[in-house]
Amino acid sequence: MVGSDRVSSSRPTLSKTAVLGVFAALLIAAGCERASSREIILRFWAMGREGEVVTGLLPEFERTHPGIRVKVQQLPWTAAHEKLLTAFAGEVTPDICQLGNTWIPELVALDALEPLDRYVASSPIVDATDYFAGIWDTNRIGGKLYGVPWYVDTRLVFYRRDLLRDAGFSAPPRSWHEWTQMLAAIERQSRPDRHAILLPLNEVEPLLALALQGDEPLLRDDGRWGNFRSGGFRRALAFYLEMFQRGWAPVVANAAISNVWNEFGRGRFVFYVSGPWNIGELQRRLPADQQQSWTTAPLPGPDGPGASIAGGSSLVVFRASRHQAAAWRLIEFLSQPTVQRHFHALTGDLPPRRASWQDPQLAADAHARAFREQLERVKPAPKVPEWERIAAEMRLVAERAVRRGLSAQDAARELDARTDQILEKRRWILTRRDGG
Amino acid sequence: MKSAAAAWCFVAPALVVIGLFFIAPVIVALAMSLTDFDIYALADRGNLRLVGLRNYAQLLQTPLFWQALGNTFYFVVVGVPLSIGVSFGTALLLHSRVTRFQAAFRTALFAPVVTTLVAVAVIWRYLLHPHYGLLNYGLGRLGVPPIDWLGDPSWAMPAIILLAVWKNFGYNMVIFLVGLQSIPEPLYEAARIDGASALRQFRHVTLPTLVPIVTMVNILTIAGYFQLFAEPYVMTQGGPLQSTVSVLYFMYEEGFKWWNLGSASAVAFLLFLLIFGVTAVQLWLSRWQGVP
Repeated sequence: MVGSDRVSSSRPTLSKTAVLGVFAALLIAAGCERASSREIILRFWAMGREGEVVTGLLPEFERTHPGIRVKVQQLPWTAAHEKLLTAFAGEVTPDICQLGNTWIPELVALDALEPLDRYVASSPIVDATDYFAGIWDTNRIGGKLYGVPWYVDTRLVFYRRDLLRDAGFSAPPRSWHEWTQMLAAIERQSRPDRHAILLPLNEVEPLLALALQGDEPLLRDDGRWGNFRSGGFRRALAFYLEMFQRGWAPVVANAAISNVWNEFGRGRFVFYVSGPWNIGELQRRLPADQQQSWTTAPLPGPDGPGASIAGGSSLVVFRASRHQAAAWRLIEFLSQPTVQRHFHALTGDLPPRRASWQDPQLAADAHARAFREQLERVKPAPKVPEWERIAAEMRLVAERAVRRGLSAQDAARELDARTDQILEKRRWILTRRDGG
Repeated sequence: MKSAAAAWCFVAPALVVIGLFFIAPVIVALAMSLTDFDIYALADRGNLRLVGLRNYAQLLQTPLFWQALGNTFYFVVVGVPLSIGVSFGTALLLHSRVTRFQAAFRTALFAPVVTTLVAVAVIWRYLLHPHYGLLNYGLGRLGVPPIDWLGDPSWAMPAIILLAVWKNFGYNMVIFLVGLQSIPEPLYEAARIDGASALRQFRHVTLPTLVPIVTMVNILTIAGYFQLFAEPYVMTQGGPLQSTVSVLYFMYEEGFKWWNLGSASAVAFLLFLLIFGVTAVQLWLSRWQGVP
């Protein structure tokens, strides 16, 4: 009896509390609702290692830009291309994305990217003239800018200083002619376990870099036809093939090397054409007493220092995004020289603007210096959506020429034929556009 | 009539699922193989052209398609007998009365089937390494000069076959083992009483009883081996000199790497017709031999 009484008397109090509680919760929820409707959530897709590292930079952005929150989604490089196209087809593209700059033409062909010219024109931070010209140019298609370079990637020469000195040379080569002499001198030492240079057959970049050094474009007539029959490409291919024919370069793919850094340390090859990530790899993997024995040099050209490829990633804003202004804010934040230096310290990725290179730490890095010089001489590959496929065919034809002894002339003709077939649809579309 | 309606009700869910997730996509793919669907068409359907059988005609003129077909046949013709032979051999060994630790061996030999191919590929790349690989070390002891397994166009496919056989033989081995264990003992007993040697017992008791199982294993293995993809994908990426590009790998590159879904669908249909044809011939052969 007493118990029931107590229960009945306490009931109203309980329900009153409950009602108050619910009311309070509703108030809080409403407050949150209002706050989150003002808060913009940016969806940012980033790839590989950069996707991991960038999350560490974002708290600073969110602190200085109240009202914008960034949600990073990390994509593995191998799946990124497919995922981007699927996202486009399903209309779920992100607001801002890291994009390998050779993919930009493809996404522009899909009309998926927002031109950034008007943002850059009024930006106090992104200054087009401060960026390396070749890298900036990879983002311009049909006179419009579709991305801002985030970090750059190019190819140049890694070499063993001590072994080159043994062969009688104290400085790295500056022209193809000097390079040829050095390669031949190393070969004359006839060490059975040593090759003069490593050019893995599963990589197209070394050949592409040499090919870009010529004056003639690789595609002609606004990317309608292949132009590999031109003298420039044939010379580059002939030089590339000569390195194999004379036994200076071993006929191998990367799989046969398995640990390229150890082999470089053992002196199995003296020259190696590769990219900036290998600075960090070699510093980490070679023993301390070997660190003085290697360094980098700009890529030799036909007559004097030559061009190389303009690779790397850009930051792009998607056309379908509803938060383009906020996305641009993030691009500006990541383009600040201080942030880029921090990013370089975390990843080893090279910054795309000159101001970011004015930094004691980067200036003191002897291995990075050659890259700084090379970046003034980088050239974009042809900007057509089909380029990646054409580059793959270039690699296959070059491999065939190396292994089956095709002449540079025949290989160039074969490459032109394959390229023209790949570009058939592009020609049809361009003709129709011009006609209608 | 009523029972027919009830039957339809029972099979309807399965039919709907099969129709939605199998038959409909197949029809869409067939339609797509008659177009030149690519990224331009993804951007604007106005860029889609109906090309009829041109994808097929163009494929038949593509040297790489024929090379991929040749590579696939090479893989099937060498790989299938080898794989079935190894499966059968190990099954016989495991079934033998003198074998000890049967369960342990059975598990060990079956392990490759359930191991992730990517992990296996890492190990095999080391085994096949031209300078430091165990395989070349062993061959070197026999006086064979080192072979660049994955780098030499004429050795890459044998290396892939070796890997595939090692990876897959355990599955058929278990099927054969079940077959061997289900042969009634009295048959052998009767043969022994008739004075048959071990070899004759094998020829006249074991083999004939196993024919239905061999037929099934054959059909499944051939159909599976025609769909070679993962091994070259993880080991060689189709190289060197495209000597390990299979039909399926060719289709993957055409469709998912270059986004030419039209011609990739055409490849898929040609492969389907090929496997269908080969399987039909096998079934006809087995029926002709009088196997149920």
